[in-house]
Amino acid sequence: MAKQLLKGNEAFAEAAIRAGLEGFFGYPITPSTEFLEHMAKRMPELGRAFVQAESEVAAINMVYGAACTGKRAMTASSSPGISLMMEGLSYIAGTEVPVVIVNVMRGGPGLGNIAPSQGDYNQMVKGGGHGDYSPIVLAPASVQEAIDYITLAFDLAEKYRTIVAVVVDGNVGQMMEPAELPPMRELPKEAPDWAVTGAQGREPRFLSSIYIDPKDEEVTNVRLLKRWLEIEANEVRYKEYDLEDAEIIVIGFGTAGRVASSAVRLARQEGIPVGLFRPITLAPFPYQRIEKLTKQAKTFLVVEMNTGMMYDDVRLAVKGKVPVEFYGRLGGVVPLPDEILEEIRRVAASPAKDQNGHVRQSWLKRLEKVMRGEQ
Amino acid sequence: MVTATDAKLVYQRPESFSDAVTHYCPGCTHGVAHRLVAEVLDEMGLREQAIGVAPVGCSVFAYNYFNCDFVEAAHGRAPAMATGIKRVLPEKTVYTYQGDGDLASIGMAEIVHAAARGENITVIFINNAIYGMTGGQMAPTTLPGMKTTSSPYGRDVETAGYPIRMAEVLATLDGAGYVVRRSLHDPKHIRQAKKAIRLAFETQQYGLGFAMVELLSSCPTNWKQTPQDALQWIADHMVPVFPLGDYKVAPALAELRP
Repeated sequence: MAKQLLKGNEAFAEAAIRAGLEGFFGYPITPSTEFLEHMAKRMPELGRAFVQAESEVAAINMVYGAACTGKRAMTASSSPGISLMMEGLSYIAGTEVPVVIVNVMRGGPGLGNIAPSQGDYNQMVKGGGHGDYSPIVLAPASVQEAIDYITLAFDLAEKYRTIVAVVVDGNVGQMMEPAELPPMRELPKEAPDWAVTGAQGREPRFLSSIYIDPKDEEVTNVRLLKRWLEIEANEVRYKEYDLEDAEIIVIGFGTAGRVASSAVRLARQEGIPVGLFRPITLAPFPYQRIEKLTKQAKTFLVVEMNTGMMYDDVRLAVKGKVPVEFYGRLGGVVPLPDEILEEIRRVAASPAKDQNGHVRQSWLKRLEKVMRGEQ
Repeated sequence: MVTATDAKLVYQRPESFSDAVTHYCPGCTHGVAHRLVAEVLDEMGLREQAIGVAPVGCSVFAYNYFNCDFVEAAHGRAPAMATGIKRVLPEKTVYTYQGDGDLASIGMAEIVHAAARGENITVIFINNAIYGMTGGQMAPTTLPGMKTTSSPYGRDVETAGYPIRMAEVLATLDGAGYVVRRSLHDPKHIRQAKKAIRLAFETQQYGLGFAMVELLSSCPTNWKQTPQDALQWIADHMVPVFPLGDYKVAPALAELRP
């Protein structure tokens, strides 16, 4: 298939359909609504299920029900809507059924705004719902990656019977880019052997997240953990740019990573030995690869559109071996390449020494200057 | 003397009812309601086509007692979960079994919208005017003046409002095909309840939209009454507040009535 000019949300939605989606359940919320609208148009055309639910609470529980039948089911929403879905996601995790969700993140907390943000990192990556579970989290930075990773998301969700969240921000959701859609996959004819489909000619099955005896719940927690360790061993994904001789390594995901790549190119033109590491899986996080990079890096610079949520994970990976600097924009403000270039120059001129919890304080001073227009 | 060959089987455990011993308190009418649903599934030959959705509340373990496929919903979300199942498996028979806290309080949005969309599912609604599993707190259907552990002075309508009549509420929605209220307080009413449950499953089979049977039920433990007194209490106190009757019957269904 040839490249077309595609809008992010519509492209993901179409990619999900082509990956074999049989049930979409959602609720309108900016900046993810085009996803719902595309599904509303396309799913009935294909004779597949589409429901505009009364709330995100209902939408995720419809997804939960549909997923219990073994069919590919998903929802797409944006930060406040995702918060409402956390109850259902916890039940889905506990029931071990495959579900894909898309979070087009916006500025928060609270009602916040509809501008691009990465402030849901902790909520998405650390689980978000109650109880002990870990979802897989994929972070595309372009329309093409979003298309590719939504297909991957369904395959991973089914392989591990887990939740896979694809997180983007309003930039990726709303922008138009040339991209190529995959061909339409054939729908499976048989349901998986755990699915609830009516007990015709077999013993009844039931799917639930209830384990009333703590010993049984512990067995379940162990099973979930073992599966997660398998995911950690097999599914870490990342992209690296100009790292061969890099002494400064910028780390950013999604839109922040993409903006940083422009800054890295500009810095290279100035002769600064800098490269970019962009995690694709925020969970499982590429701890081992980042630790390995401490052998060549003199400094890491984490760039995010939040107050440094992934920064904490990078520090866990780096284990104090080299300094980790931080630059973030907040509240729906997207950093410009020039801002990140300025940070790269600063780090190149005077590598950080101070790693005793003052990194955010020094960043805040610089950020407030930028906010006042002094820098 | 009657020999084995002369014996005619007139009563047995429905195949749709599992062998498990239920956890329900002595005198609770959940067992009766379960049995009626199981009998109807057997009689209509639906056991192997059926997918049940259990709620959170006393009937949280319903999946242990029915011999068909089951899922377990979050509190109040059974109609949403049933919607998801029915939409991707429209040929299957999907039913929820929910109590009053689940359906009329935390799950109010889900039940109203499932009915409004005309979701082709069957809902068995157990109204015993109290939260049973958590130990007898005020429910959305608790009667005015009724004492519970969270309305120890009696439900004060000035501060705690009035009971919600779900059958009447849902019957106003065009998506509802069959919405009735029955009671389980004596054999005559139990027989009427069974007929209604059958029609509620037929509503789904004929694709006539949302169907709900509300069943007035007893909770001797939390009402602090003997099983016998509890059944009488339904007749004396609940029926006047929750009148029995047919609140919505799709015209096509009326023709099927026995």
